Amino acid sequence: MTLPVSDSEVGSLSDTAENAPWVVIVWNDPVNLMSYVTYVFQTLLGHPRPVAERLMLDVHHKGRATVAHGPRDSMESIVTQLHGAGLWATMAQDR
Amino acid sequence: MRPFRSRLGRFTAAFDPAEATLLADLVDQVRTLLAQRGGGAEDDPLAGLTGMAVGPSTPPGDPAVARLLPAFHRDDEGLAAGLRMLREPEVIAAKDDAAVTLLDTLPRGGGTVRLTEQTARSWLVALNDVRLVFGVRLNITDDATPPAAAAADPRGPEYAMYLTYRWLSTIQESLVQAMLGDA
Repeated sequence: MTLPVSDSEVGSLSDTAENAPWVVIVWNDPVNLMSYVTYVFQTLLGHPRPVAERLMLDVHHKGRATVAHGPRDSMESIVTQLHGAGLWATMAQDR
Repeated sequence: MRPFRSRLGRFTAAFDPAEATLLADLVDQVRTLLAQRGGGAEDDPLAGLTGMAVGPSTPPGDPAVARLLPAFHRDDEGLAAGLRMLREPEVIAAKDDAAVTLLDTLPRGGGTVRLTEQTARSWLVALNDVRLVFGVRLNITDDATPPAAAAADPRGPEYAMYLTYRWLSTIQESLVQAMLGDA
């Protein structure tokens, strides 16, 4: 478990995945095909098929799933690519 | 239309002339929607100074365009505005590239479409963007049942639009299944 940090402290932390408190969340959408969402998770996020399917089912049944975590820049880039592919994704600070 | 199938590392489908024309028109309409959005920021002084493409900071007014270009953050409006300015041009460019690839690989008079893995990816994105716009226009809330306005009149324009949406879904599903190796 990581202790909460204030915004002013975040900037001074080194940019490793362990310290980076950002996540990408994909939200459920009535139009995107389940198969397509699985395909995007596999090809864009590099998840193996079983992981991609599990995340897709989480999105479908629970309304959302956290699909990536890491430094803010990387999460920005992932959200950009997911939007490019038509998925409804947002980023958030994981605290 | 013959749906997509995988054959010797290529993905092939066939379209009638009328189907090819319809598909090209729909993809063109999405390009136009996005071009109108992307053309709004050319007077930006920062863009003039740096040569960097910067998008608008506010969400699109058209709900269909807003679905194509969602906010990067749900609660933090300042962050969402900043990221939209920086990143939206990239999102629009990716969508436009996909649309252009689809238009370049679709025989306008109809016939067989033959796609590589790379061009097939562009088709998935471009088909999905058209479906997202239909989803908003038709107010689709669940995949299994037609929206109320379409169901109310099977001879009305909303129902025809819903059938087109389902047709696009069939094309996209066949292509993604072929690509996932389930065909």
